[in-house]
Amino acid sequence: MRDNPLWEVFVRPRRGLSHTHVGSLHAPDADLALRNARDLYTRREEGVSIWVVPAAAITASSPQEKDAFFAPAGDKIYRHPTFYEMPEGAEHI
Amino acid sequence: MSDVNHVLGLGDDALITAQRLAEWSARAHELEEDIALSNIALDQLGQARLLLTLAGELEGAGRDEDALAYLRDEREFRNVQLVELPRGDFAFTMVRMLFVAGYQAELYLKLADDDADTVAARPLAEIAAKAIKEVAYHLDHSSQWTVRLGDGTEESRRRAQDAVDALWPYTFELFETHPELREGWLGRVDPVLDTATLTRPADADVTFRPRGGRDGVHTEHLGYLLAELQHLHRSHPGATW
Repeated sequence: MRDNPLWEVFVRPRRGLSHTHVGSLHAPDADLALRNARDLYTRREEGVSIWVVPAAAITASSPQEKDAFFAPAGDKIYRHPTFYEMPEGAEHI
Repeated sequence: MSDVNHVLGLGDDALITAQRLAEWSARAHELEEDIALSNIALDQLGQARLLLTLAGELEGAGRDEDALAYLRDEREFRNVQLVELPRGDFAFTMVRMLFVAGYQAELYLKLADDDADTVAARPLAEIAAKAIKEVAYHLDHSSQWTVRLGDGTEESRRRAQDAVDALWPYTFELFETHPELREGWLGRVDPVLDTATLTRPADADVTFRPRGGRDGVHTEHLGYLLAELQHLHRSHPGATW
């Protein structure tokens, strides 16, 4: 039990929304990971669907590369749709 | 089948099961299992509260769930002996949960069906209908673990088989009141044991079939359990959080 692998848990709160990462847990295999996720993360009816993913299967960006990865987007204001006149009567934009 | 002792028996089964499972709090092999066992204990406690409340109403002597849980002595408890045996190791707890949840699943299905028969059966049928989903999960949880332990390492297999051998004689008492439920129960339990590569004794080979729980005759273990369960309430009557 000591070397149970780590699983990342994603819960879909309700139909039409995406699965959202809610946390992680340990379990010996995928079936038990799913059941543990049910016990740990949907105790209060938080979801209608659960995904569990082996944490080892996730390739993550490294904190050291944060600047190279994300900073260049910071000064490219033209990527944000702020240069358009809002048409009369257009709602929810 | 709504008489006081019948309902009391089912309530006591759930109460003692909850207490034995609660003993695992902070002792399970991992945090995740700790929470699962506590969840299941609380499900059983919830069922016990409803059943004992109903038993008190049927009795009509003014006893509520607390009076029944905390102020009865050992000989007045009506649970089967299977649920009061000490919690043992994890394999013992899982195999017992498999046997108990399989029984409760069959029983609650039947009781929920009795709804149509009489008005008197309705309150019990409503409790049973609510409990069905909960015990289905307890059955799933214990099935998952029984398979992993039985079909696991040499050590886990030995422990799981020991648990089946030790517990099997106590399962006969479950079907004293409703013998017709045993076939359905075997239909739930046998496939799990098969998948787990565990064996159980043939009925003809089981001569030791302890019984008496429904009449208030218990193993030596129940008294100690009740001492722990009841002492706070008895030392400080009416204590609240």
